Amino acid sequence: MTIEQTDFSNQTLALGGQGTSGDYFKLLKPRVMSLVIFTAIVGLVTAPGHIHPWMGFITILCIAIGAGAAGALNMWYEADIDAVMKRTSKRPIPSGAILPGEALGFGLTLAVASVLMLELFVNWQSAALLAFTIFFYVVVYTMGLKRWTAQNIVIGGAAGAFPPMISWAAVNGGIDLGSISLFLLIFMWTPPHFWALALFSESDYEKAGIPMLPNVAGRPETRKQILIYSILTIPAVALPCLTGTAGMLYAVGAGLLTAWFLKCAIDVYRLAEGPLNNKACKALFKFSIYWLFAVFALILIERIAHLPTFAAVF
Amino acid sequence: MDLKKPAVAFSPEDLKRRRGRAKVMAWCLVGLIILFFITTLVRLGGAM
Repeated sequence: MTIEQTDFSNQTLALGGQGTSGDYFKLLKPRVMSLVIFTAIVGLVTAPGHIHPWMGFITILCIAIGAGAAGALNMWYEADIDAVMKRTSKRPIPSGAILPGEALGFGLTLAVASVLMLELFVNWQSAALLAFTIFFYVVVYTMGLKRWTAQNIVIGGAAGAFPPMISWAAVNGGIDLGSISLFLLIFMWTPPHFWALALFSESDYEKAGIPMLPNVAGRPETRKQILIYSILTIPAVALPCLTGTAGMLYAVGAGLLTAWFLKCAIDVYRLAEGPLNNKACKALFKFSIYWLFAVFALILIERIAHLPTFAAVF
Repeated sequence: MDLKKPAVAFSPEDLKRRRGRAKVMAWCLVGLIILFFITTLVRLGGAM
């Protein structure tokens, strides 16, 4: 029997294998990964206890691979809505560079490998947290909440807040108020950040049928919710000082940054609908990215410079 | 079955991409071997 040769352009598309290594790298959501790596490093450096620098490196590597795996699995499941949205239509799956099955295999392999490596080399507590984070992001957020409720960002935001807790657990094998305070910083930051994005990408989400707050509850309600969550970041910013995780440099720096964050949120709330409000939404979205990096950087600087922290109240 | 004939013919561009992926995968495997080796040394550090 001879297998006939067919038009290879269609055949290779059907078999896959069109993507470059760069396309596979894009599946890992490198931008999100950079934030995950940074916050995980802060958790690792801040946690009380000691970890061998090499094991610290392995921990960060496993968390980065796990985050990348979650990103790949997210892109596999959301290929249909990514194709509809302008912002995501050029991702590797909707653009046809990588087949959904390839992305699924790639994501699952990396997810299992990262959790196993963390368990074998570091400890089971951090591995269990990493496994839970991947599960939470892929199953709870991507497959469940995102297409089901307008509160998707609030609950789903927890997935992005876990990395410093994982690295903290890698150092001392536990969860305490210090690691929870780092978790809360990211958790409270997530809704204003994503809702600001949703306000100026509203039509994109609507086209894809995703129940984001602006197209479910309306723009005025979203602006109010942004302000509420921005106010809630104030106690979250204070918590690292009360748990003995941060000191004076953080208190002053994070205080000023949060005041500006709040000012941006107030602008979004009070400015009338139109180009000015859209500009305020973009400003809040952009500043919120700097805010998170800067707040975590302040904690990191304090630890590297061995600056004293406040005495723990709790 | 005629085993000499490939079932699918890849274009030169596809072959180039495949070579690129194979190289990256090879480097990843080399990196993994080094990673496991150093980790083993670190973990055995106290016992050696």
